[in-house]
Amino acid sequence: MGFTGPELAEIYRRMRTIRSFEEKLHELVSAGKIGGFMHLYAGQEAIAVGVCAQLAEADIVGSTHRGHGHCVAKGVDVKAMMAELFGRSTGTNRGKGGSMHIADIDKGMLGANGIVGGGIPLVTGAALTAQVLGRENVAVSFFGDGATNQGQFHESLTMAANWELPVVYVCENNGFGEFTPTEFVVPVKDIADRASSYGMRAVIADGMDFFDVYEKAGEAIALARKGEGPTLLECKTYRFYGHYVGDQTPYRNKEEAEEWIQNRDPLDIFETKASEAGVVEPDEFRRIDGEVAALLNEAVEEAEAAPLPSIAEVLTDVYVRYEG
Amino acid sequence: MSRILSTGGAINEAIAIAMRTDPTVILMGEDVAGGGDRSKDGTEEMGGVLGTTRGLVGEFGMNRVRDTPIAEMGLIGTAVGAAATGLRPIAELMFMDFLGTSLDPLLNQASKLRYMFGGKVKVPLTVRTVSGAGMQAAAQHSQSLYWITTGIPGLKTVIPSNPVDAKGLLLAAIRDDDPVIFCEPKGILNQSSEVPEGDYEIPLGKANIVREGSDVSLVAFGATVRIAMKAAKALEGAGTSAEVVDLRSLSPLDDEAILTSLEKTGRMVIIDESTPRCSIARDIAAVCVDKGFDFLQAPVKCVTAPHTPVPFSAVLEQAFLPSAQDVLDAVGQMG
Repeated sequence: MGFTGPELAEIYRRMRTIRSFEEKLHELVSAGKIGGFMHLYAGQEAIAVGVCAQLAEADIVGSTHRGHGHCVAKGVDVKAMMAELFGRSTGTNRGKGGSMHIADIDKGMLGANGIVGGGIPLVTGAALTAQVLGRENVAVSFFGDGATNQGQFHESLTMAANWELPVVYVCENNGFGEFTPTEFVVPVKDIADRASSYGMRAVIADGMDFFDVYEKAGEAIALARKGEGPTLLECKTYRFYGHYVGDQTPYRNKEEAEEWIQNRDPLDIFETKASEAGVVEPDEFRRIDGEVAALLNEAVEEAEAAPLPSIAEVLTDVYVRYEG
Repeated sequence: MSRILSTGGAINEAIAIAMRTDPTVILMGEDVAGGGDRSKDGTEEMGGVLGTTRGLVGEFGMNRVRDTPIAEMGLIGTAVGAAATGLRPIAELMFMDFLGTSLDPLLNQASKLRYMFGGKVKVPLTVRTVSGAGMQAAAQHSQSLYWITTGIPGLKTVIPSNPVDAKGLLLAAIRDDDPVIFCEPKGILNQSSEVPEGDYEIPLGKANIVREGSDVSLVAFGATVRIAMKAAKALEGAGTSAEVVDLRSLSPLDDEAILTSLEKTGRMVIIDESTPRCSIARDIAAVCVDKGFDFLQAPVKCVTAPHTPVPFSAVLEQAFLPSAQDVLDAVGQMG
């Protein structure tokens, strides 16, 4: 397996943090304590953590409306994220972005994005910056199956392939674009099939298995870093909650959902495989669960107590400088 | 020292100066090199559909002067991402009509990243785009859509009226830390004049009084400045002293210069080659009524194109465009 006990514990902590963060948000939004649209990442943790474990801090990732997991995996401060969702001035975006726009450029997080497919060209641009300036960084664009029907996907992958940009396109195929099953609206069997029209490498990973994602993302990222161009990495996964908090998922096949949630949970799969390696103490996972729960309770308490933005903030940050 | 350059030539020179003085400036767009950098095999580059960027790939190479696919959303979006991560891209949107195929990266990304991220990123992007009618390019290659970009908070919109301003405004736009839409009106691209050599900037957001007058203010921008000047000369012959204000920037808008001129003359005509609804002309009319009502000695007049697509036939296109006669008629109606 090649991981030490502390490394596996840290990976588990990241995945558990995402899961618990999303469960906590589900509670808070349902209770009316947080406003706005909220799209939860639970079920897809192995992808964000598996990919980001292969990245350096200076590497750029761009995300989607379902972006909390990518933020946590890239090292964005969980307490600042929670404060952002409470609309506080101590938030990652000083209360001006909210769930669909969390960003932390110092951590290489170029932002969640409220426009489906909208982040793909931005990340492509980050890869262009690396190439033009001769930096060794790579850029990773996370998006869903739905985004691959957008023109922005097609145009970006065309350019990235032409220019052999240091970028990896990670499609998290969770089976639904909003409420519509992917097979209703995507005419190819696998999203990976689309890469052939760009002459681009494509790989399919089990998005519920950290180790599979980690290995395949690692190969794609290494190639990008060596100047060998982009890869489309499709990760098959499932969205444990609906499209957004409040979606009752009537469109979902109950048996199918049950199968994914009960038997294919990425945290369970990870714990089983990591335990088999015999380098993590059996009670270590439960100890981490407790620490993560405590961290999130603190995050909520601190966010609730944090100051709201001053009203003058409505007018700031539109421009660097704007003088008529 | 100065020498005669067309507006296109002045734009080319501004880009070259910006690229020489800052290694993070790149140029990307459809045909901006156009087959260039293969000089060893005897081919020559097009340098853009109007030849504006000819020669740049030869000096700066294909790493910094990049032909893109005909994929406006992808090229503008990529430029936005590059701007947010350390480059200072100049992206060419061949014709402003192609806002239709490129809008999301401007409307929802470039204009909002800084605000949404709480001020923690800047997007120093310049989008150069050919706007306006006058080349018989018809309805999908002739629109003046600066009213759309001006209406989006977070973007700046600039429009020069002559070669000297084109060079100085473009250098300022490229070096500006915010996203700037730089319109290149067809009506002035082939206009030539003496242009200073060397590096100079004209500040964004400041209007230029190109002709002083005391009886009526003619506010114009881009290709309509020449129309305003022609009308001003005709008015002078009839004993009316017209002041001509060249806005240079539509966002930021120099309200102060507009109102100062209105206070001086008491009469306001705005000349805008776009269609009238939601136009810059009516926006400025509203500024005059809202903030300068007490200065007004007559109703504000807007001289614009009609609310139609741009026609092809030369006679129809000329009828579509505002003319000096339209300005004279508007002044005549003011009494």
